[in-house]
Amino acid sequence: MPEVFASQFVSIQHRDETAELGMWVFIATEVLLFGALILGYFVYRHAYPAGFAAASRHTEIVIGTANTAILLTSSFLVACAVEAFSGETRKLCVALLAGAILLGLAFIVLKGIEYSGEYREHLVPGINFSFDPADANGAQLFFVFYFVATAIHAMHMLVGIGLLAVLAMLTYRAPDSRHRAALHSTALYWHFVDVVWIFLFALIYLPGRSS
Amino acid sequence: MNEDNYLNAGYSLRSWFFTTDHKRIAILYFASLIFFFFVGGAAATAIRIELATPQADLVSSDTYNRLFTMHGIIMVWFFLIPSIPNTLGNFIVPLMIGARDLAFPRVNLLSWYLFMLGGGVTLFAILAGGVDTGWTFYTPFSTLYSNSYVAVAVTGVFIAGFSSILTGLNFIVTIHRLRAPGLTWYRLPLFLWSLYATSVILVLATPVLAMTLVLIAVERLLGIGIFDPKIGGDPLLFQHLFWFYSHPAVYIMILPGMGVINELVSCFSRKPVFGYKFVAWASLAIAAVGFLVWGHHMFVSGQSLLASLVFSFMSFMVAVPSAIKVFNWTATLHKGSIRFDAPMLYALGFIGLFTVGGLTGLFLACLAFDVHATDTYFVVAHFHYIMVGGMVTAYFGGLHYWWPKITGRLYSEYWARTAAVLIFFGFNLTFFPQFILGAEGMPRRYHVYPPEFQVWNVLSSGGAVILAVAYLMPMFYFGYSLFFGKRAPANPWNAPGLEWQTPSPPPEHNFDTQPVVTRPPYQYSPDFEAEPQNA
Amino acid sequence: MTRWRPPLALAAAWLALLALLALTVTLAYQPLGTFNAVVALGIGTVKAAIVAAVFMELRHRGPRTFLFAGAGLFWLGILLWLGMMDFLTRT
Repeated sequence: MPEVFASQFVSIQHRDETAELGMWVFIATEVLLFGALILGYFVYRHAYPAGFAAASRHTEIVIGTANTAILLTSSFLVACAVEAFSGETRKLCVALLAGAILLGLAFIVLKGIEYSGEYREHLVPGINFSFDPADANGAQLFFVFYFVATAIHAMHMLVGIGLLAVLAMLTYRAPDSRHRAALHSTALYWHFVDVVWIFLFALIYLPGRSS
Repeated sequence: MNEDNYLNAGYSLRSWFFTTDHKRIAILYFASLIFFFFVGGAAATAIRIELATPQADLVSSDTYNRLFTMHGIIMVWFFLIPSIPNTLGNFIVPLMIGARDLAFPRVNLLSWYLFMLGGGVTLFAILAGGVDTGWTFYTPFSTLYSNSYVAVAVTGVFIAGFSSILTGLNFIVTIHRLRAPGLTWYRLPLFLWSLYATSVILVLATPVLAMTLVLIAVERLLGIGIFDPKIGGDPLLFQHLFWFYSHPAVYIMILPGMGVINELVSCFSRKPVFGYKFVAWASLAIAAVGFLVWGHHMFVSGQSLLASLVFSFMSFMVAVPSAIKVFNWTATLHKGSIRFDAPMLYALGFIGLFTVGGLTGLFLACLAFDVHATDTYFVVAHFHYIMVGGMVTAYFGGLHYWWPKITGRLYSEYWARTAAVLIFFGFNLTFFPQFILGAEGMPRRYHVYPPEFQVWNVLSSGGAVILAVAYLMPMFYFGYSLFFGKRAPANPWNAPGLEWQTPSPPPEHNFDTQPVVTRPPYQYSPDFEAEPQNA
Repeated sequence: MTRWRPPLALAAAWLALLALLALTVTLAYQPLGTFNAVVALGIGTVKAAIVAAVFMELRHRGPRTFLFAGAGLFWLGILLWLGMMDFLTRT
């Protein structure tokens, strides 16, 4: 049975390419969304270099590095799932997506552990924040950005996990070209969230380590 | 109406509120925008009544703060920004490019629901007591000291921002991918170039606003300092983030109007727009350079001198593409066969009023002058000349031009021309005195003033009465036309362009067969007769 | 089920990303002064480029997709550059 597509398109390929273009536009908006936080980060890092370095040393680099590796691997699995989307390798595709979802959830769990550690160490601004007075202002501003940026990133992760889960279920049943296009767009979104984390990692966990 | 069209394709509430037809979504937006225009206009009415006398007799200072805040928030985010793009744009873009709908029709409907949700939340903030920070939400007042519904209001605007982003996304992808065969970029009507440029701004600037509003809410609700000087925060960071969006936002609030003017000036001069490529690229230049000038809102805020100089210089640069457009429209009029139908009266009004507004922007771009004029009525007059004298005028012009297509009815030309002239007169009487007030030093956002300013204020308030009457008039003759107006032919203005190749009102699927384009736009000539382009 | 192997490009990209991660963490502990920041962001950029080119398939796409992908970055550059200009030049 030939596939139906909406009448503003002339072919399935037309529809799918249009969807991909739409996702790239959306990704551009997300770059600017996180970009606003990045500007704030650089403004205050410039104003309080010592405070930012000191605060950064209090972040959990082991968890951060592990989370980065987890996300990079999940992107790898999602990219493989896109390649494996076809009739014969349907189950493999679902397995790859499931793997990416599990890694995503692992990221969230580790983040939660990290947050609770920071809570116990009084590093959450607004909740008994305490830091060496010499660097307190800069450190507090660092942690404001840390929590806002990673929380918003985590929200994006949860959305991505949800989308991957829906796609895994749809692929398991009876995938068609619409699902291929949806998987492709979701993969782009997932990779983008990974790219955001790559930069957040470099800005949050790495400064100040050499002193 | 006898034939099937998008209006009689289903009468149920469901068929309207769950529609994915871009034409019906345009009507949904149109109705919502009328409502918000009245809300914002009510605030303006109260403001102008108060300002008719030097003393505070109508409202307290606190209430006055809430009035001008409400006026700004509603008019900017819930009227001007969605106005042309979401009504005329939604309706006309697919027709103009020969498509059946936008690229993502369901996203289009989602846009409207987000707009309504954001509007509802904002209205709640207003009804609960309002916000007193000004539409600009400057910190630390908005985050630390204001005792008003700031968090609710920024939430409403935040939600509406996503409506903007999705609209821009839809237009960009649609214009790239759904053009009819033969419709190359340089054959696009200039309305589409303007909407494309607007969409680039919508998509790239609004996310920064979204994050800025989040930061306001975080600072306010969680008591966490981000812009708080007490913990070393910099209030100017807020201003940079806010104006990075809000300056390009004012180009969102003029580019679509310029786009409409292209269509009107060419149609009612019976000539192609002079310098098509210059106008097309000028639209993109305005959008791009418009991102480089935001610091001109912060000349006296404590910004570095170098930054102020750079932003001042860029603000002069951004005037160039706008001026190019004005020259090109004027050249289009030259030796044209001018008809003074209502849309043309609006177009001519636009050219004059926008020029005044734009030139006074250059005054403000001068650092030395701005030190005196900033936060005075000079600025208020400047931006009202562009947003109201420009954009709203163009919106009305476009509404009159495409009204026959959208509704299938003809309005009364006599009343429409009367309203157009009255709007022009009332507008100038309202806002020109404000240039004088500003130059003489009257600050903005004050509800009391020295008695020597009263003359100009009374003139301004008097003009506002005329303007209000003039803005109400279309409701009557447009409303009348819906029920009793003559039925409109497919092409009442005898214009080229794909939107005129389909009946008025269009069928739900827009075109019976896929149109094919073989000619550049605006192929007017003295003996022009529109012919189907795919014949 | 057929024997499916991940494409070589994807696997190579993944391994390269992990290697760069190890590199950037190691270099963060080296005293390079102001270059620490440059190195960290530089390696981050390389990683992001690999994800974009290989995982997001930008290397197979045409100029229009490049334009769309680059636009966000370019505008972010405007925000950061003109935004920081004020703070960097205050006296």
